[in-house]
Amino acid sequence: MALTKEQIAERIARELRDGYYVNLGIGIPTLVANYIPEGMDVVLQSENGLLGMGPFPFEGEEDPDLINAGKQTITTVPGSVFFDSAMSFGMIRAGKVDLTVLGAMEVSENGDIANWKIPGKMVKGMGGAMDLVASAKNIIVAMMHTNPKGESKLLPQCTLPITGVRCVKKIVSDLAVLDITPQGFKLLERAPGVSVDEIRAKTAGKLIIEGDVPEIAF
Amino acid sequence: MNKVVSGAEAAIHDISDGSVIMLGGFGLCGIPENCINALVKKGVKNLTCISNNAGVDDFGIGLMLQQKQVKKMISSYVGENAEFERQLLSGELEVELIPQGTLATRCLAAGYGMPAIFTPAGAGTEVGTGKEVRNFNGKDYLLEYAFDADFAIVKAWKGDTAGNLVFKETARNFNPLMAMAGKITIAEVEELVPAGALDPDYIHTPGIYVHRIFQGSNYEKRIEQRTVRKR
Repeated sequence: MALTKEQIAERIARELRDGYYVNLGIGIPTLVANYIPEGMDVVLQSENGLLGMGPFPFEGEEDPDLINAGKQTITTVPGSVFFDSAMSFGMIRAGKVDLTVLGAMEVSENGDIANWKIPGKMVKGMGGAMDLVASAKNIIVAMMHTNPKGESKLLPQCTLPITGVRCVKKIVSDLAVLDITPQGFKLLERAPGVSVDEIRAKTAGKLIIEGDVPEIAF
Repeated sequence: MNKVVSGAEAAIHDISDGSVIMLGGFGLCGIPENCINALVKKGVKNLTCISNNAGVDDFGIGLMLQQKQVKKMISSYVGENAEFERQLLSGELEVELIPQGTLATRCLAAGYGMPAIFTPAGAGTEVGTGKEVRNFNGKDYLLEYAFDADFAIVKAWKGDTAGNLVFKETARNFNPLMAMAGKITIAEVEELVPAGALDPDYIHTPGIYVHRIFQGSNYEKRIEQRTVRKR
């Protein structure tokens, strides 16, 4: 069975470490916040100018001056701090953020990522994605393994305009967990009940398989 | 040093056809609602607008797009606006999309008197096409120029008659950066107080950067994505 979006987020949350500052992108990455292990001290950065993002507010307590980068109403946690957008991207550029999780339309076997533009179709813009991928120490991509047409999103080279070069370190898809290595996509874990053959068939870029590939345990 | 003007119309009186203006805010959070309404009423056209986003169809900069007042938009993210997309695809509107950190830092550079910055954002992508690239310590950086804007229009929580500004929560975003970057900076505030009423240790934008300030009114503060949890 392919992983649900929640399971992708749950698996990514296992990459968190105590003391991490983390930036979560829009979509599946946002769900990672729901799976931070009990007792682990992780601070969420929102690039519109907040460290210490908390959960959504209770109904009736929404504050229009307090939103995240997805423009959703949020809250703060004790110890939080607000700052302007230049300082926000300053701390990102300076490598102070330990982990960035974001979605992607395509990832290439050398770690290039495309997630901001479909020529002639989608013209929304890159927001903060280009800054994040250019500077983050560790980037994990959360995405579906294939597009709605069933075509692989893990490619030898990106076909869409890229957001950043050689920056993705790890992918957690609905089918597998893979590291980006100098040799290509290295298969680390597979979704429960998903065969190595299926992953191989749905990975267009170079796939490295060494020994038995364990299932992701939930 | 009294920077107070009577209201939005007086504050924007010399913004004219073809002006280059910066507008603070992130999404609809911390946008200068009063000045946008005054610009719509005044009907100035062919504006170049530098702003992280372009509002939604019926609020924020979206109101100026409806009236076809904007010639060029310089932004990082312009989703959530169907009229914007229509004008862009039909060629009526010119758009320059730039990384959000680059947008912020080009404002910062202008306010700090630095002509340009180097940033890795966009290096190796189409954003870097035609730009000077320098390699520092094995990594490529793009040279990006400081903005040169005729006017910056920002929204603050509190301000004093000397133009000192304090922002609230994430409504700070681009506002203090753009406040530093305009040749003429206009600040609208929710609460205007006498000089001396704000604690100097807690001021975000020094009044030297602000040329005109006024007490705004009737703030709608629309929420773009209302998300809540159960009690």
